[in-house]
Amino acid sequence: MALLSMQDISKTFPGVKALDQVNLDVQQGEIHAVVGENGAGKSTLMKILSGVYPHGSYNGEILFDGAPAQFANISDSERQGIIIIHQELALVPQLSISENIFLGNERAKSGVIDWRETNRRTEQLLAKVGLAEAPSTLVDNIGVGKQQLVEIAKALSKQVKLLILDEPTAALQENDSRKLLDLMLELKAQGVTSIIISHKLNEVRYVADTVTVIRDGMTVSRLDAKAGLSEDEIVRDMVGREMTHRFPEHQRSPGKLLLEVRNWDVWHPEHTGRQVIRDVSFAVRAGEVVGIAGLMGSGRTELAMSIFGRSYGRNILGSVKLNNNEIDVSTVDKAISAGISYVTEDRKSLGLVLDETIRFNTTLANLEGVSSGSVLKRNDETKVAEKFKKALAIRTPSVFQKTVNLSGGNQQKVVLAKWLFTEPEVLILDEPTRGIDVGAKYEIYTIINDLADQGKGVVMISSEMPELLGMCDRIYVMNEGALVGELNAEDASQERIMSLIVNK
Amino acid sequence: MDLAQSDTNPAPQVKTKSIGQYLSSHLRQYGLLFALIAVMAFFQIVTDGTLLRAVNVTNLLLQNSYIIIMALGMLIVIVSGNIDLSVGSVMGFIGALAAVMIVNLDQSVPLTIVACLCVGGIIGAAQGYWVAYWKIPSFIVTLAGMLVFRGLSLWLLEGQSVGPFPKEFQILATGFVPDIFPVSWGDSLANLLEIRRVKHVNMLALFTGIAAAAMIVWIGLRQRAQNRLYGIEDEPKIFFFARNTIVAAALIFVMYKLSLFRGLPNVLITMGVLTIIYAFITETTTIGRRIYALGGNEKAAKLSGIKTERLTFLAFTNMGVLAAAAGLVFAARLNTATPKAGFALELDVIAAVFIGGASMSGGVGTIIGAVVGAFLMGVLNNGMSIMGIGIDFQQMIKGLVLLAAVIFDVYNKNKQG
Repeated sequence: MALLSMQDISKTFPGVKALDQVNLDVQQGEIHAVVGENGAGKSTLMKILSGVYPHGSYNGEILFDGAPAQFANISDSERQGIIIIHQELALVPQLSISENIFLGNERAKSGVIDWRETNRRTEQLLAKVGLAEAPSTLVDNIGVGKQQLVEIAKALSKQVKLLILDEPTAALQENDSRKLLDLMLELKAQGVTSIIISHKLNEVRYVADTVTVIRDGMTVSRLDAKAGLSEDEIVRDMVGREMTHRFPEHQRSPGKLLLEVRNWDVWHPEHTGRQVIRDVSFAVRAGEVVGIAGLMGSGRTELAMSIFGRSYGRNILGSVKLNNNEIDVSTVDKAISAGISYVTEDRKSLGLVLDETIRFNTTLANLEGVSSGSVLKRNDETKVAEKFKKALAIRTPSVFQKTVNLSGGNQQKVVLAKWLFTEPEVLILDEPTRGIDVGAKYEIYTIINDLADQGKGVVMISSEMPELLGMCDRIYVMNEGALVGELNAEDASQERIMSLIVNK
Repeated sequence: MDLAQSDTNPAPQVKTKSIGQYLSSHLRQYGLLFALIAVMAFFQIVTDGTLLRAVNVTNLLLQNSYIIIMALGMLIVIVSGNIDLSVGSVMGFIGALAAVMIVNLDQSVPLTIVACLCVGGIIGAAQGYWVAYWKIPSFIVTLAGMLVFRGLSLWLLEGQSVGPFPKEFQILATGFVPDIFPVSWGDSLANLLEIRRVKHVNMLALFTGIAAAAMIVWIGLRQRAQNRLYGIEDEPKIFFFARNTIVAAALIFVMYKLSLFRGLPNVLITMGVLTIIYAFITETTTIGRRIYALGGNEKAAKLSGIKTERLTFLAFTNMGVLAAAAGLVFAARLNTATPKAGFALELDVIAAVFIGGASMSGGVGTIIGAVVGAFLMGVLNNGMSIMGIGIDFQQMIKGLVLLAAVIFDVYNKNKQG
């Protein structure tokens, strides 16, 4: 029996046809995956389903639970049991878990909250999602993975009939992701129907019963995943072409020793006495791509940011050598001028000034390169931005486009352009392909290979192990702030990396 | 005739559409200019031409000079993502300091001016230090500063007004630049135009106006040519010429009016030069660019190697110096320092900056916008006073104008987003 049937949904924005007669049928009790490249129209479809775009602003029919549904807003759809959990979590960090779960839905008698009932129900829900935290814990104090579970507990508190998860594992570690996916399967066993939107095809294969592929605002295919489905099949439908190689073929020959970090120690910026990075030493050769694998919280980002101008931590000890000379990386601009660049994992809040243009962002880290005597030469600036637009294939009508309007992949290219313009010798890339689609990932990988060919050293931090295995010459494995192993490309496998992490 | 028509007919059709699109995406800039023109036209009519009489135009500039001087600094503070509530008090305090130094302690005028500007800088730096390096919200720090400096001026003046100032101090605000051209030129022009009551036209003011207008048009043309060269989205020809004609004509008109009274006020020169300097700094220097980046996304700016703390510190220091300059002009204009001087003026300054299109969250705003915003408020004040509208209604109307301007901004942004 179909729980949900969206028929011939079309939606136009001024100048763009976002959805063109899209069909989506979700059976009762299944996990249905909706996949597609960024900008394919998945989010728009979900916004229509959840009432963000109200009935009347689109064409087509929605049948939910056997009856036509015409949602005017989100609370309409929630009342019917359709709950959407967005990529950006909608929790209030300063409130406790129980307060968040019952936010807007408080267990109260005439406005007075019944705390005993609230906490009792919270404990039940937390047990259901497998989260061992006290209901009074502040959401701020738990990690992203656990926050995701709180969101699901919140959805369960509302008598959910259809649970929609939008990129639920985008910010999660491999093992947290796995836990979440297992929870989805468990909820399915309890009769909850869910829709998952994801870029990670291995996860889609793991949980989904049915896959709907959307491309350019149209339904391309509806695949049955129960019988087994290969990632290549899905990718083919997503991009409209066969993608035999997810990673560009490449031969590399690393040269001389470029970057050497020795005995690096970092303490937590607030909790004095808590050491975040312990005695880390590593090296990068010219023309080499070095990966850093590890779980979230293992200290990878902290390591990178503490090296990059002490952007994280305090009481930092250790030495950094570039080309055998010790360099001063005590501030960000010193690190930049020494030849180190760091591409953050969070391009929106740490990488870009979103309300400004591509040109503005491209030159931001090297304004000296486009000015004389601190007066900007704006024509030079335009030339630089145009050059990178072409070199990195940033898809935009002009470099005067605001970066907020770009897709994730193009935003990431702008961030890369900014750092390439500083002409670094070593680039540290933190989750360089997070949240961007398959096609754009491939392009980013190609750029990384080109950089290595030019003799630059690349450090790549990633939570996606296939990516590290596909791209890196060597992989360091990090756990709890220390390096626990080093693998050459040919010896590395997901299993070996995981066993290094687990065994310490 | 036929040929010409067939040539020109298809073109306008295409253009009309692009003009419409251009207008809707740049509504804010034009809206502000049109609002200023509309408000001036309105008051010119309802005050029976009093608004644009030579004396009143001069007055309008003098009355708003200190607001504009402070708006320049405030724009930078607001673009950097902060706010400064203390400027009214600091302005009053500096006026009091100047009065005590000159009138009570018999210090020389130049020494007093230098000392006052330095003290302003130190005040700004002291506040900026807490905001920049201790991350204390600027709202709190400057709210504290507002109280402290209000109290300090009361203490310094012992609750009394102190004045009058010597002539050489007064000319800061009320002086005029002497005409360097032969008097006979001005006389003959006055005769030629058959202006009664005016014996002499100040040629310096007139020529300065024409020169400035020519300069603006020239810079605009050059910019436009360069934009075209790089294929940057350009404003339609009609808009470019209409805008430049209006601005140039307005400039010449204002200068002409000034020339019929006493010529160029010293304050106008100060104001004009400062506006040009600050517009240049914000638009075409690395430090200006970095301030926009700081306000747009502080964390991203920091990770791009920008010394965000130092910039915030400098923004407040600069604000202090400009508040001091405004304080000197204000005291010189009133010819006395009173404990109430500058009271609630920070709100006018902040309002001017927001009317000029700056964003509360930082990263957005222009010097020209802030100056035009300040003028808009000034014309409203002046026009309503001439009409004899009570201070009660004046406050209400100003409040509603501020709200309307910001609503217009937000509406525009939503429509585009």
